[in-house]
Amino acid sequence: MSGLLGKKIGMTSIFGNDGEIIPVTVIEAGPCRVVTIKTVKKDGYDAVQLGYGSRKEKNVTKPVAGQYKKNQLPYSSVLKEFRDVELADYKIGDEIKADFFKEGDLIKIKGRSKGKGFQGVMKRHGFSGVGGTTHGQSDRLRAPGSIGSSSYPSRVFKGMRMAGRMGYDNITVANLKVVKVDAEQNLIMVKGAIPGPKSSIVELLKK
Amino acid sequence: MLNIDELVKDQIKTDYPRFSPGDHIKVQVRVIEGDKERIQTFEGDVISIRGAGASKTFVVRKVASGVGVERIFPFNSPKIAGIELVKEGDVRRAKLYYLRNLSGKAARIKSKKP
Repeated sequence: MSGLLGKKIGMTSIFGNDGEIIPVTVIEAGPCRVVTIKTVKKDGYDAVQLGYGSRKEKNVTKPVAGQYKKNQLPYSSVLKEFRDVELADYKIGDEIKADFFKEGDLIKIKGRSKGKGFQGVMKRHGFSGVGGTTHGQSDRLRAPGSIGSSSYPSRVFKGMRMAGRMGYDNITVANLKVVKVDAEQNLIMVKGAIPGPKSSIVELLKK
Repeated sequence: MLNIDELVKDQIKTDYPRFSPGDHIKVQVRVIEGDKERIQTFEGDVISIRGAGASKTFVVRKVASGVGVERIFPFNSPKIAGIELVKEGDVRRAKLYYLRNLSGKAARIKSKKP
């Protein structure tokens, strides 16, 4: 699936043709540079490696720097591989920009959701709590309730939903409609929300 | 980081008269009937203005044949053809939701002294 890397800028709203409000997420899509092309013959699989953003030379480790120096490319802050692409369409050093997408395209966006920290079962799994505060019950409002039976099986089943770290997961949202493409500023607007905080790196995938 | 408000600047309307909660205004709304377009006026008191930039909205309340009618307008909506300020009101609050519980003479808003 071919795609490119971008950065979430934030959300706003624009008006559609009939005056309706469209909630949109603004994403900086590219510019990405083709850093490496991997082939079945050499690497065992076909892929293009795209770089996005910039990084100072002093912050690049020597092994990574070699990948760029080989082709005299500027350093990028993120590197990501995209498989299932037509290798013939790519050349090392090519720049891929926001006009990779057209208005009306349905795209997929991969991102990393906002971290929520250690959360209870109500927020994390949508449990409804144990119940009321009558009959002497006072501190069970947000409790998980029973986590299993007693002597048999004498253990808690694996995968039981409990409190814990929430968020900061990889999340893919499919079928996001591209509402606007600004090739000059390398921005695209998609309808709806995408995972992650502002200025987080996202993968934009074309179907 | 890019300023997101700059991107939608061209959508933001600046040609309306300044109005605030308590003011009596006329809103000209574009109505599409079949393939014809006409202007309908909605007249009433502004009871709330919220938000900023592209997502700013305001609420206009009127009493039509004894029934209170409120309409929420996106400030920058292309459906609004124009806004006319009829009367400035003298109120002490930013949100005039208390008007919903009042009727008749009590629901009047004092005019602002010039």
